[in-house]
Amino acid sequence: MLAQLRPAVTLLIAFTLLTGIAYPLAMTEVAQALFPAQARGSLVEKDGVVVGSRLIGQGFAGEGYFRSRPSAAGNGYDAAASSGTNLGPTSAKLAERLKTDAAALRGAGVEGQIPADAVTTSGSGLDPDISPANALAQVARIARARGVEEALVRDLVTAHIEKRPLGVFGDPRVNVLALNIALDAAAPQAPGRPAPGEAAPATVSGS
Amino acid sequence: MTVLGWLQIAIVLALVVVAAVPLGGYMARVYAGERTLLSTVFGPVERGLYRLAGVDPAREQGALAYTLGMLAFNAAGLVLLYAILRLQGFLPFNPLGFAGVSPDLAFNTAVSFVSNTNWQSYGGETTMSLFSQMAGLTVQNFLSAATGLALAVALVRAFARSNASTVGNFFVDMTRSTLYVLLPLAVITALVQVWMGVPQTLDATAAATTLEGAQQTIAMGPVATQMAIKQLGTNGGGFFNVNAAHPFENPTALSNALEIWQMLVVSTALVFAFGRLIGDRRQARALIATIAVILVAGIAVAYWAEAAGTPSLLAAGVDPAGGNMEGKEVRFGLAASSLFAAVTTGLSDGGVNAMHGSFTPLGGLAPMFLMQLGEILPGGVGSGLYGLLVMSIIAVFVAGLMVGRTPEYLGKKIEVAEVKMAILAVLILPTAILGFSAVAAVLPTALSGLGNAGPHGLSEILYAYSSAAGNNGSAFGGLSANSPWWNTTLGLAMLLGRFAYIVPMMAIAGSLASKTRLTASTGTFPTHGLLFVGLLVGVILILGGLQFFPALALGPIAEQVQMLAGKTF
Repeated sequence: MLAQLRPAVTLLIAFTLLTGIAYPLAMTEVAQALFPAQARGSLVEKDGVVVGSRLIGQGFAGEGYFRSRPSAAGNGYDAAASSGTNLGPTSAKLAERLKTDAAALRGAGVEGQIPADAVTTSGSGLDPDISPANALAQVARIARARGVEEALVRDLVTAHIEKRPLGVFGDPRVNVLALNIALDAAAPQAPGRPAPGEAAPATVSGS
Repeated sequence: MTVLGWLQIAIVLALVVVAAVPLGGYMARVYAGERTLLSTVFGPVERGLYRLAGVDPAREQGALAYTLGMLAFNAAGLVLLYAILRLQGFLPFNPLGFAGVSPDLAFNTAVSFVSNTNWQSYGGETTMSLFSQMAGLTVQNFLSAATGLALAVALVRAFARSNASTVGNFFVDMTRSTLYVLLPLAVITALVQVWMGVPQTLDATAAATTLEGAQQTIAMGPVATQMAIKQLGTNGGGFFNVNAAHPFENPTALSNALEIWQMLVVSTALVFAFGRLIGDRRQARALIATIAVILVAGIAVAYWAEAAGTPSLLAAGVDPAGGNMEGKEVRFGLAASSLFAAVTTGLSDGGVNAMHGSFTPLGGLAPMFLMQLGEILPGGVGSGLYGLLVMSIIAVFVAGLMVGRTPEYLGKKIEVAEVKMAILAVLILPTAILGFSAVAAVLPTALSGLGNAGPHGLSEILYAYSSAAGNNGSAFGGLSANSPWWNTTLGLAMLLGRFAYIVPMMAIAGSLASKTRLTASTGTFPTHGLLFVGLLVGVILILGGLQFFPALALGPIAEQVQMLAGKTF
């Protein structure tokens, strides 16, 4: 075993330098040069201010904004503490939460079947997307809150539906942050009027 | 289930095979010591490393010396990683000022990454400094995978050689695995992942002010370089708490397809390399067929169960066509989440893109059962192939018993020594999983970590030990595993599952290498036909299924029945 120690320790140190220091640091340089926006987290700026990352979901509480899915990351969309609920299919707590959130959506005027992603939490708690059905179900509420035609809001949603990549992979989706930025541009909310943060299924407490 | 969903699954699996055939040919040349395209680049580095380490690449080792070299290398890796984690507070690249990791968590994590398990009792973005992530965890992502590849190649050589006393040189095989296979693939795919949106930066966070004026702190870091090798080396340890469900680890449905491809490609290629190294590619095709049958069945069960949804969702008025979206991301949907779950456990990856603990009972049973089969479908890089070969030895032994003649596999007589060692190896898994689970199920310290009541709680325990002993690393995340009991026992289960399996496996290699390789006669049971595939599938399922069935009946199966009866806990 002793004869094996020298190669074991030497190669361990050498590979630590190669794969643990040189590889990530050199790749950081290359990645930042080739794909600077993505390498730095796909940040989105509006009027020179970083308003989030295209890839990281955030909670929207206001009546006039499209809402993200319920989140279990920290106190909801904590992008420094990703988490799912990890509640199982027979969890009473989950069944209760689904009922409460569904009732809140009914209260907000959602009719018909509730889109699955509107009341379930994502795995990461940071899902940046909602399903097209979920977005369309929110159109009436948003048009009301912003005092604009439903058609305008609906057209915005349609324009923001991202189809399956290559027509096959994953599911169609709508990026909530991108949609809300477009919404602010197309139908600005009255200035000085704070967004009323009513009880909404935007967050769930972590478990 | 939709046609589009199945089309997506078929495309990803087909792309794996298309790439694995040429990659397998390349790997066979690498392990035969031949020159390859990359020799110009890495040849000087390789020779320099050998000189520095005092390794003579022409001097081979017997099975015992090979195993001891591997153990010395892994023991050194364990000590170094433990030290880095404990001392991270004093080390550089720690912008968030994380303190050293507690002793039980550092032990668990060091064992976890050295044994290619990558079970994580912690959340990456809230615990680990960038230095720990890079110089600690990323390094073992490479080296544990290279160790697995080296061991598998040694066993293949034992079959391929006749009357040999050596099986190769561990340090050479490990070095070549890292330099010629893992590192080039990691460099290329990491860049593709950055292009798709995975961050690669030395900043630990970015600050944002949301449209509603709230402050958001966004954790990031050198994610792509760790992601790439985490998937290629079937490690599975995420940069972030939620692993590949995190949009920064897995930003789009395309990156998801790439990550599934990355998980599968090296292990699948190794099976094809095995066919070339033993000079009979039909043998590799038989193993691939075996893998495909069970893996696709696992995918189908998970996909069907998740698409069926749960009574709780229906009671709330949720669209039944939406399936069970709790714990899943919109950009992946049901098909890609189910595919990822089955592949990550048929392999020993353990990365997840959805929360397995929130799967329906049968949807969660599929990944759990795939782990209990020994993660040989096609399994972890290296560990999958040697696991499959051990199962094949048992399969020909069973066939030999039926017809009453000495079994042969790949021209080597399978005798008492090999069968004893093979049985010893496959007993490790049930002993570790069922043994630890039985104790945990009655111990209040252990039970206090459970996040769900009823049969799902038992499933959390079973899943955790299956994941640890199988060196998988995925979890039913409701379990709060960062406590001395769970960290210690899961660490022990990981050590047993990795090294207590390797030692008898290498004993088989030593014994086989010294035997004469016989040419097949009319009396030889052919191991490349459909009959053998059927036999091997049967042995894997019966050996795996029967010993775990009672425990599964009390966990996921009981939960399914109670769920359908409308019961919650």
